[in-house]
Amino acid sequence: MKSSVITFPGSNCDRDMHVALKKFGFNNKMVWHNDNELPKSDLVVLPGGFSYGDYLRCGSMASKSKIMQSVVNFAKSGGLVMGICNGFQILVETGLVPGVLLRNKYLEFICKNVFVKIDNKNNPYFKNLDKEVFEFHIAHNEGNYFCTSDQLKEIEDNNQVAIYYCNNKGNTEKKFNPNGSIKNIAGIFNKEKNVLGMMPHPERMIDQSLSGEDGSLFFKNLIKNIN
Amino acid sequence: MKISAIITLKKDVLDPQGKVIHQALDGMGFKNVDEVRQGKYFEIDVKENDPNKAKEIVEEMCKKLLANLVIENYKIIGTQ
Repeated sequence: MKSSVITFPGSNCDRDMHVALKKFGFNNKMVWHNDNELPKSDLVVLPGGFSYGDYLRCGSMASKSKIMQSVVNFAKSGGLVMGICNGFQILVETGLVPGVLLRNKYLEFICKNVFVKIDNKNNPYFKNLDKEVFEFHIAHNEGNYFCTSDQLKEIEDNNQVAIYYCNNKGNTEKKFNPNGSIKNIAGIFNKEKNVLGMMPHPERMIDQSLSGEDGSLFFKNLIKNIN
Repeated sequence: MKISAIITLKKDVLDPQGKVIHQALDGMGFKNVDEVRQGKYFEIDVKENDPNKAKEIVEEMCKKLLANLVIENYKIIGTQ
């Protein structure tokens, strides 16, 4: 399986993502933001970081960089595109997924492990996973997901919420929401479910001795689903 | 021609920075403030002498990059 990780100036989770993808069997290529063409890929990942120094709005400058036209075309033709953290911010700025990510409600940079609940497994990312609650890491300043009430209705009607913040039992009450996002939303899909944007970093949970293994479960399952 | 544009958050979008500034002002003794909303200001020198055309160009920039229309409004506030 072939994957591509896009590196923007200011990306800092691109190599972690490369290590994670390789570990679970992807033949991964790093792609520079100024390239025009994507290599042949089954999965494209927009990694976390601070692309273009988060100037103007997080993700806004990266969403206009050269490679993104190919990424948008790839996504529109049904290709799998996953944006993690800053990658999620880039995805919303391209319009591939609806909504925006605002500054965290309490104005603090949040860096900790959280639990997220997967609601809908009818998609190439979560299909066949045998549990619902995962422990992932978050590290962001702008993860407060926001959309208009019309958009929210559409998102919910189409089952586009990918994951919700919750506690270790899968309880999605407001008190388990770290950043103020609407309805505890931590990640969403596009309508077709081939594009996934999420704030948590599964690539940081792939080693039992460093962090945890929930990311490993996610990647192992992902490559199986793509096969 | 220099065009000035401001970007403001839409009414129902939470502005935590504006809130904190409000609190700070309150702490400094400015007790007569109802609300503070923070925005962005741009001055763009466009290679165009016709003010209407210059405005149109900057409006296009606002729509495509400077503002995110899900949460923000833009307004051209001056030409010089």
